[in-house]
Amino acid sequence: MELRERPHPWNDHNGPHDDVIMSCRVRLARNLAGFPFVNRASSTQCHEMLRMARRIVLTDDVAPGMIWVDINSATSRDRALLMERHLISKNFSESSHARAVAISGDESLSVMVNEEDHLRMQLLRPGLQLEDAFGRINAVDDAIEARLDYAFSSRWGYLTACPTNVGTGIRFSVMAHLPALKITGEIDRVKRAAKDLNLAVRGYYGEGTDSAGDFYQISNQITLGRSETELRDEFQKQILPHIIQYEQESRQVLVDRNPILLDDRVHRALAVLKTARLLGVEEAMKLLSRVRLGLYLRRIADVDLDAINRLFLQIQPAHLQLHAESRLSNEEMRQARADLVRSTLGG
Amino acid sequence: MNCDFCNKPAVVHEVTVKNGEKHEVHLCEEHAAEAGLNMPGSKPINELLTKFVISHPSSSGSAATSGASRPAKSARRHCATCGLGLDEFRRTGLLGCPDCYESFCSQLEPLIERAQNGGVSHLGKTPRRAGTSIDRQLHRRRLIKELDHAVNAEQYERAAQLRDQLQSLESDSPSPDEDHERAGESSSPKPE
Repeated sequence: MELRERPHPWNDHNGPHDDVIMSCRVRLARNLAGFPFVNRASSTQCHEMLRMARRIVLTDDVAPGMIWVDINSATSRDRALLMERHLISKNFSESSHARAVAISGDESLSVMVNEEDHLRMQLLRPGLQLEDAFGRINAVDDAIEARLDYAFSSRWGYLTACPTNVGTGIRFSVMAHLPALKITGEIDRVKRAAKDLNLAVRGYYGEGTDSAGDFYQISNQITLGRSETELRDEFQKQILPHIIQYEQESRQVLVDRNPILLDDRVHRALAVLKTARLLGVEEAMKLLSRVRLGLYLRRIADVDLDAINRLFLQIQPAHLQLHAESRLSNEEMRQARADLVRSTLGG
Repeated sequence: MNCDFCNKPAVVHEVTVKNGEKHEVHLCEEHAAEAGLNMPGSKPINELLTKFVISHPSSSGSAATSGASRPAKSARRHCATCGLGLDEFRRTGLLGCPDCYESFCSQLEPLIERAQNGGVSHLGKTPRRAGTSIDRQLHRRRLIKELDHAVNAEQYERAAQLRDQLQSLESDSPSPDEDHERAGESSSPKPE
């Protein structure tokens, strides 16, 4: 498999509202008519699905420069690498049935074949650009649908393996960086409010994962009874502005109430990153989160924000193994992580 | 912020104003549960849905959404197409095939309405080919079943023939332009 280490669209800092919204994503769940869902499909049917999907997805009218990765023959490091780059889900990475993912050259589009649904396609954009992301994934959906029959009913819409996705099969989500809400303890209030608003708040790698580096994946849960644009507008225009504002106000509270404490946390984090000889992934994520906060609040200068954003990805285990071009023990990994961070930040 | 009763981190914060005076209560998980306060939920919705199905098996055929009460014992227990049992759906939260929506319609209606916050029918995008695909679906389904049998019986020549037929079925599909024209003729999508 060929997947070089390179910047990734989700941590480009030029997107709108990038101080809080690192990236946004639109995901569509689709199934093919005439096939059982993946959980009931035979091995033959799973392979047939892969054959059909490959023929259609790897065409230029879907997206230019798509590559196909057979997950079954991929190494565990490569699977982890794809998960760390948010191109496949945790469940997909860990399953054992026949499955594959198609990825566009710029990694903004990925199409998982034989995940929970036959096709799970996602489009990632930096910052808050859900309209753009939706327009792009909708065009991909049209291109695939022109050559395949989707399982669809006029009453229920797009039929999905889990009834919670039925209808539009769409999920709008953002990767939100909420360090101030975490520091002030307000994050639990946000989680409760999100639940009342039919939103899911998940961890860094989506469903079934924990938050890391104060990143939270927030997504809509409703997929039926409203159109895609209604769901998008409700999420983007009515809900997210409140979360963004809440985080920004909490950041201002930190500045106003105890700037010394804030500066201490931010500069201490930077100092540890610049000098540590051993770093665990959780610790590194937490420290990078504080430095990222300090940069946006202008408490730190002379640190490249893009470098910090890239490090969130580069310090993940599979990325470190790739960088080292060898299999690292846990201790070697902690050392390699600290070395990479020090050399990047000029420590 | 720590719990008012112990040193654990508080996860429930309640603010009440009584006679113009503000009272704040901060509780950890255990003390919140003791006080009967609901915890912020973090379980995935399909897990909650599965639990709901398990704990409310009698909710099948709910008159609330279907408008007609039906005895639970008359509800279908297996999908005629894929053979998925209702018990398995209750255990996994996953359906077996597109036809399960029809097979378990009476059980699914109240669940979906609840999970979708009252949404009961699709108002979004419609595939352009929805109205023209039924025959192809049936044909493909039969071919795939035959292909499955052929592979299991190690009849590779027959399997290759069936694959060719499947492939020609796909290439015989109408072009997107034709579908555009057809979609223009009909304002509503055709049900499966």
